[in-house]
Amino acid sequence: MGRVGDRMKRFKGFIRKEFYHIFRDKRSLFILFGMPIAQIMLFGFAITNEINNVDIAIFDKAKDATTQEIIAKIVASSYFSNNETIKNESEIAAVFKKGKVKAVLIFEKDFSKNLIRDNKATLQIITDATDPNTANTISNYTNSILQKYQQEVNKDIQIAYQIIPQTKMIYNPELKSVFMFVPGVMTIILMLVSAMMTSISITREKELGTMEILLVSPIKPFQVIIGKVFPYIFLSVINAIVIVLLSIFIFKMPVEGSLFLLAFESILFIINALSLGILISTISKTQQTAMMISLMGLMLPVILLSGFIFPITSMPLPLQIISNIIPAKWFIIILKGIMLKGVGITLLWKETLVLIGMTVFFIGLSIKKYKIRLE
Amino acid sequence: MKKTNIIQAKNLTKKFGDFTAVNAITFEVKQGEIFGFLGANGAGKTTAMKMLIGISTPTSGEAEVAGLDVYKNPEGIKKSIGYMSQKFALYDDLTVKENITFFGGIYGLSRQQIKEKSTLLINELGLQKVAGELVGSLPLGWKQKLAFSVALLHDPKIIFLDEPTGGVDPITRRQFWEMIYKTAYEGTTVFVTTHYMDEAEYCNRVSIMVDGKIEALDTPKKLKEQFNVASMNDVFLKLARG
Repeated sequence: MGRVGDRMKRFKGFIRKEFYHIFRDKRSLFILFGMPIAQIMLFGFAITNEINNVDIAIFDKAKDATTQEIIAKIVASSYFSNNETIKNESEIAAVFKKGKVKAVLIFEKDFSKNLIRDNKATLQIITDATDPNTANTISNYTNSILQKYQQEVNKDIQIAYQIIPQTKMIYNPELKSVFMFVPGVMTIILMLVSAMMTSISITREKELGTMEILLVSPIKPFQVIIGKVFPYIFLSVINAIVIVLLSIFIFKMPVEGSLFLLAFESILFIINALSLGILISTISKTQQTAMMISLMGLMLPVILLSGFIFPITSMPLPLQIISNIIPAKWFIIILKGIMLKGVGITLLWKETLVLIGMTVFFIGLSIKKYKIRLE
Repeated sequence: MKKTNIIQAKNLTKKFGDFTAVNAITFEVKQGEIFGFLGANGAGKTTAMKMLIGISTPTSGEAEVAGLDVYKNPEGIKKSIGYMSQKFALYDDLTVKENITFFGGIYGLSRQQIKEKSTLLINELGLQKVAGELVGSLPLGWKQKLAFSVALLHDPKIIFLDEPTGGVDPITRRQFWEMIYKTAYEGTTVFVTTHYMDEAEYCNRVSIMVDGKIEALDTPKKLKEQFNVASMNDVFLKLARG
């Protein structure tokens, strides 16, 4: 009993000291708590793929009941506002040149008639592709409005042909980009806090020479490491909670799946990132090196290859293969699954197993590296 | 009466691949002695010391520290020794008291012991006014003395000092050696590496390492006689130049 009690006391003292380090260093405090909030706000409000009240011009050659109805639908949506009405072809170039109008919708002549006679009518969407993202979004949104309209009209009649290419949007029908960003930002922040902060805090002890003192003391190397990472597990969990709360209450993001599973997967990912942080600290001599390796070796792949910003399916094959070794990729799939689709462990067990496997591998590797370094 | 040996090394060797950092050194340190461990940079001092303090396993040879075998019981050795490096490694962002509490804690001292010890230590060093201040704000000499006292907190049988006076002024060095003397007088064995040759004169006995081997070992007085020179500095130069 005495020995276990002693050990617990030692461990508590160690953790208390670690918290002193964190709370007395303004920079790490900022990274720990300022960054998550700043990032989530930035991605939520500023960096957005959404469009709102984009000015469009309409060139209605048919001017019949159907086109009027479609136009009314488009204008009624909050995405577009009808800025101009065009009367002939030559005006199209002119409105684009003025720059305010981002898209022109052209209804063909005899739109209604063609639709009834051939089950087929053409609506041309010309977008200003100087801003490709917006152009893309505009055409997607228009398609989605048209499709909704078609479904309404065709409720009773079975029609063989459709006016427009089929684009289906589920899980985020309003295309709220913040919903897409939350899992990514959460992943980045947990990675940053867990891996970078721990690798820096461990290398700091090396740089200061206190690691040597700790290794000469009766406290065991693995106790030193556990003592050092424990506070970061705690703080990362708090961070994850803050991010989820912010997205629920500020961005009205739904969390469809089990909160318990979400917590479990987040802790798993945090431990994964911590083991990476320990691994980094075993190969770097200075805090600067640890920071650079964390940023270049972890943050960049997380941002570029995890599917957070760029869809993995549209990457060249070699990059798609590389993306598999990035833990963040699997965590983002899990997060999207739980938060947006509400799926449970039955559909996520594969990704979870990959994460567990990676974590075990990284922990094993860092223990091995740590022992070599001690020799 | 003959004093017992507290450190005993026989043919102690450490190899890194093809490179032999420590080449079959044999020596003993007596209890209560101030033992100087000298050598140029890269002569193998630090490697030899790491084997003695239980953080590096020897390639071959035997060694006992405080009666404990370096192969079988490195953990036991760690409890019986104190260690202070040239960086006087304390935590700059912790206060004097917090540092004492932390290091006392990892050596397994009880709360009561830590309390008594820290009061005693702070009074002895005259740090009452700065006990609540961050160590980072203290002058280097104070940090050094504090680090030394912290390394002695758990009453070790031997204290290992790895170039403890690097980068401090001569007056502080002098005061520091007074502390070392006091410690040895109270019965703690002092094992000290240094490359200040005037400091070597303060030791009871010194060993001089050259290229992984101990080339000389005796009292400073006898070494000077043996090499027929006036100072330890000259002994060292003669040995190092071969």
